[in-house]
Amino acid sequence: MSLKVKNLKVYYQTLRGDVKALDGATFTIEDGEIMGLAGESGCGKSTLSNSLILLKPPMRFVEGRVELDNEELPIWDMEKMNHFRFKKISTIPQYAMNAMNPIRKIGKMVSEILKSKKVDYKSTLPELKRRLDLVELSHDVLNMYPIELSGGMKQRMVMVLSTLMNPSLLMADEITSALDVSTQKAVAKMLVEFRNRELVKKLMVITHDISILYQIADSIMIMYAGKLAEKAPTSVIINSPRHPYTKLLISSLPDIGVKYSQRKLTGIPGKPPLLLDPPTGCRFRERCPVAFQKCLNEEPPFMEIKKGHFIACWKEFEKNA
Amino acid sequence: MKQYFTRKLFIYLLTFFIAVTIDWLIPRFMPGNPVQVLLARASLHAEAAKEMYSYYTKAFGLDLPLWKQYLNFWIAIFHGDLGTSILLFPQPVIKIIIRAVPYDIFLLLPSILLSWFAGNKFGAFAARTKWLDNTVLPIGYILTATPYMWLAILLGWVLAMVFPIFPLAYASSPAMKLSFSWIFIGDYLWHWILPFSSLFLVMFGGWAIGMRNMIIYELEADYSHYLEALGAPRKLVRRYAFRNAILPQVTGLALQLGIIMAGALVTEVVFSYPGIGYLILGAIQNQDFFLIQGCFLFIIIEVLIANFLIDVLYIIIDPRIRIGMGGKSA
Repeated sequence: MSLKVKNLKVYYQTLRGDVKALDGATFTIEDGEIMGLAGESGCGKSTLSNSLILLKPPMRFVEGRVELDNEELPIWDMEKMNHFRFKKISTIPQYAMNAMNPIRKIGKMVSEILKSKKVDYKSTLPELKRRLDLVELSHDVLNMYPIELSGGMKQRMVMVLSTLMNPSLLMADEITSALDVSTQKAVAKMLVEFRNRELVKKLMVITHDISILYQIADSIMIMYAGKLAEKAPTSVIINSPRHPYTKLLISSLPDIGVKYSQRKLTGIPGKPPLLLDPPTGCRFRERCPVAFQKCLNEEPPFMEIKKGHFIACWKEFEKNA
Repeated sequence: MKQYFTRKLFIYLLTFFIAVTIDWLIPRFMPGNPVQVLLARASLHAEAAKEMYSYYTKAFGLDLPLWKQYLNFWIAIFHGDLGTSILLFPQPVIKIIIRAVPYDIFLLLPSILLSWFAGNKFGAFAARTKWLDNTVLPIGYILTATPYMWLAILLGWVLAMVFPIFPLAYASSPAMKLSFSWIFIGDYLWHWILPFSSLFLVMFGGWAIGMRNMIIYELEADYSHYLEALGAPRKLVRRYAFRNAILPQVTGLALQLGIIMAGALVTEVVFSYPGIGYLILGAIQNQDFFLIQGCFLFIIIEVLIANFLIDVLYIIIDPRIRIGMGGKSA
């Protein structure tokens, strides 16, 4: 069983035309896999995760096919998707700390959500309490209002709620970005724990913090300007990336033991292209140190060059050939 | 909780004190003299008029120094004595007011509450219906921008003069005697509809627009998006949004009360409706210090009580305030 995404294109409608935020994504997440999704701001990470669960205007479904456990997801249909949301596919949103209705007691809110999904609250309650134990929340939170919880507690509560129905796919969008480093690690460990206990079958963890992914992800997918750049097992991405963008991205991370007063920390010069009217060819070519004529005219496909290692780069294809 | 109410009580008392002081000052800033108005009605000899003038000035206590008048005014208030009316001499002001108050209450309470409920419901409904949003809400904008009395005049002109369906003035037919018969109640309601509608419509427009905007805002809030992401049905999302959107509307109600009162005054004047507003007009025209004071005192008390009730209501409907207070006093 797996999540299969084929050539998914989702654009944002604006007055000046379509912003091609997700322009043809093809990838697979197998059961038991934690896939990290990384890339700089605006590269389409959140668009990808949002489009899988809540695709609504100004987002526009253009084309593509999404299959979850051999069943096609009607992601373009807000109503039909309700059947899959929460039970099959769920999310821990970027705004987890504001995700709960401020004027409902948390337990009451959970019961109302469950009731609306035709799930019995009473019989779910023991499991809910076990989950609270798992994330080290007191059972009292069910009798509290969201304002009575700290930010971290709210986030854990949302984690519990989002995963309560044992969804097949869970997406965690930037859930560590507002936390301090030690809490980040705790939250990351919980995600792994959820997977290990098979409360969720597969995870997509979206972040721009690659060090978090290094700790928890089985594979990492790198996006650039609405396109997939590279997907490979975590160790491969970290130790021997092939795509020039991934290489630059990894090398711009600080190393332990290096004094940056002596060697300046480098970034990637240049800016990503505007997605309103993206250039032809490879979207990274303007910042790419190894770009050549072919990159200007033709768009590199996202191809498997080794088992489990996908990239989209003409130069690497040449080397491989 | 206790701390909260003590503080509120203090603020209300202070407001009451300042408002009543202003209430006492205002008639005394008016040019003219109430006793002269009273005497002008009885065309007396110059000689007798002089005599009567000094008699009445003494009787009303207007010969005393101002600070003493002010002090006496407060003492009298605590004895439930609001003085004697000059307009309707020699009736005591308190009696006149008590006679007028029921008309006010039966006009104001339904129009405020019904417009608030209906406006909020309609606004929430319009926010999710495109054609309503595009057609009826502009009308709401016009309504809420309409001065109360202008709409009252318009309604009176159209529905009582051009098409004489409803009576134009008074709370009941002059031939009717006040009683608890169905005929009287029917007659009363018949007279009540126009002043009620003019108040109701203006307020309705305001609440509907406020609610529509709040709902649209709340539906874009994070908790709404999360509910959608969990596949909660539209009904639940709307319900949560409505409950959150209603809170600022309650605050709005508290803020609007004073304005609504003022609107009711002029509406009563337009329809010669025998409530407090109509009394005030007569009292001002006749320089009736005591009736003016009495009417304003009543309005002050009315607004303060209504505000207090809304304060309490807020604690009930917004857990954040309740919890916040619990944390403080604990």
